[in-house]
Amino acid sequence: MRWLLLKDLQILRRSPLQAALLVVYPILIALLVGFAISRDTGNPRVAFLNQVPQDTPFRIGSQEVDIIGARSTLCERVECVRVNSREEAIEKVESGDVLGALILPGDLVSRLQSLSGLDPERARVEVIVNQEDPVKQRLVDDRITSLLAQANLRIAREVARVSTEYLDLLQQGGSLSVLGQTFDVLGLENTGQILRALRPAVGSSDQLAALDRVIRFASLASQNLELANPLLATVAEPIKVDKLVVSGGTPPLDVFAIAVAATFTLMFVTVLLVAGSLALEREENAFPRLTRGLVSRAELLGEKVGLGMLVALLVTMLMLAGMEIFLSLQWERIGLWLVAILAGGAAFAAAGAALGAATREVRAASLLAFMISLPIAFLSLVPSGSVGPALFDLIEVLTALFPFKPALHAMERALDASGPSMVTALLHLAVLTFVYGVLARLALRRFAAT
Amino acid sequence: MAATRPGSSPAGGASAGAALEARGIVKSYGRQPALRGVDFEAQPGELLAVIGPNGAGKTTLLSILAGIIRPDEGEVHLPRGEVGWVPQQAALYRRLTVEENLRLFARLERHEDVESSVEQMLEQTALHDRRHDQVALLSGGNQQRINIAIGLLAKPVVLLLDEPSAGLDPRQRARLWDFVSALAAGGTTVIFSSHNIQEAERYGQRLLVIADGERLFDGSQEELRAAVGREAPEAAGADFETAFVAYLQHRGH
Repeated sequence: MRWLLLKDLQILRRSPLQAALLVVYPILIALLVGFAISRDTGNPRVAFLNQVPQDTPFRIGSQEVDIIGARSTLCERVECVRVNSREEAIEKVESGDVLGALILPGDLVSRLQSLSGLDPERARVEVIVNQEDPVKQRLVDDRITSLLAQANLRIAREVARVSTEYLDLLQQGGSLSVLGQTFDVLGLENTGQILRALRPAVGSSDQLAALDRVIRFASLASQNLELANPLLATVAEPIKVDKLVVSGGTPPLDVFAIAVAATFTLMFVTVLLVAGSLALEREENAFPRLTRGLVSRAELLGEKVGLGMLVALLVTMLMLAGMEIFLSLQWERIGLWLVAILAGGAAFAAAGAALGAATREVRAASLLAFMISLPIAFLSLVPSGSVGPALFDLIEVLTALFPFKPALHAMERALDASGPSMVTALLHLAVLTFVYGVLARLALRRFAAT
Repeated sequence: MAATRPGSSPAGGASAGAALEARGIVKSYGRQPALRGVDFEAQPGELLAVIGPNGAGKTTLLSILAGIIRPDEGEVHLPRGEVGWVPQQAALYRRLTVEENLRLFARLERHEDVESSVEQMLEQTALHDRRHDQVALLSGGNQQRINIAIGLLAKPVVLLLDEPSAGLDPRQRARLWDFVSALAAGGTTVIFSSHNIQEAERYGQRLLVIADGERLFDGSQEELRAAVGREAPEAAGADFETAFVAYLQHRGH
């Protein structure tokens, strides 16, 4: 069998296009995924004009609020292009240099601060959008709207907090600073106590009745103000999100992207190579000569699966090494990588052998390998909940019949400890290797029959 | 070293001295009969031509003799040793060199001294100077010589050649037949199929005529001409091909 393996490697070496593809493909995948992960090239360019005078403090009550933090957050989500005037912002939007512009007017802070005063004014910002590209325009809209919603929430919380302080002051008394002067505020509770202390000294029943009304009012007002505190907090943030993760084991996004890229590489290289290599035995008319006592059909299949695993290992490791340029991989988990690659490679190779044996021609085998592999690989990436339950069940069944999904799970787990169960994935791959091996062996009967 | 194909009786049933004996070979593909009880035997060093029109069953017969296809009925005896098989299309790896092809099959044949076997075959095929060339770059004739050389690596007593000269030009054919005749002269029984009647006439010491899976004739050229004279006297004086066609027509094919 080793001589056949050597022969296949020699043939591969003599097929420069195929060999080049085997090397170029993983490098290309690694570069594409690497760039996609390491560079957020999808950030739209947005002109940003801040007309608020520098170093203007934004206070609500006595507290200073970090409005600069909002600007920093914005520039993380979009590519901020600083402009100096509203006209420049509009010109940039019109020329297409930027997709949108966000203008913070000079009175933004004073209007915001007025929210905590007696004459509140609504603060406004200006958004200018270029609708040349509807997708990016939507992106700009979404990101600015989301940012402003967060800013509104932050300010509402501050207003609620300051209002709560005022209410506490009103209820319990204390000191209040206004325009540099400090005033003592008695507070409703203290007022009630003082009035209750004065009550024995009041002689007239009319005056006593009036005093009791005032005491009752102070008491009721104080009690109701206690209820107002949680109410204000609720108004500031009516819906609070409690996130509960029910199906753990999701690796980080970059790990998932690497696992997808590695599994795609593994699939294409192995399925195409093995399907083509087996079909080539027939195209070269060598199959009858080989199986006429030189090697058994099972040995020939074993050799092809071995070839697929070997090349899959080399190419996938090459791809992962390429990813190291962009990301820091956990090389201490290399043992698990090898297990995942070899198990996935075996299943893909067996599937490739079945395709090659069924088609019997290199070109037909390659075409069929593409036609089957690509859609099933994409179906394997469909998340639950994105389609109807019945359709998702059908997708689950279909994708379980092909090695992509279990190979992806094995790679995820091999790359990151938070991935799905590796044992289940490996068992699944072992079953698929066996089943496709049997199918390939049955299909090989047709090789000799023609 | 005796061998018997599946479904056959013990090798001892073969005629004394025969290198190969086939008895009652029947084969059908679905409902389509390919061979209908073909019998013949071949002697050591004999050049036996299996001739007949296209679809007569020649390739099926050779494939059964080679053990690639199992017959539905009948038996094949190989009292002196194994057969070497050379398919019609060169069964070679075109991206490997001449030497690499020979070495691969010598290894698969489990030769003890692989390099010596490779040298011997290069000598026999006179392709020493092309040993490092990829097979894809060789002419059809040279590819066929390598194809035959690989068939000889099994050191067969009987060599089966399926349409060995198909697609070759006259010069390549001549060189091929020189090579094959030398093998027969060395004691190897050569059974070849052909639909080229002149070629069979020229190189076949004995002719086995098959049509529609049925053996019509087994004998020498002279015996075939005599049979034509008896059964189709109008073609008795004609050239061999015309006489052969007349014979087939007279026998209903």
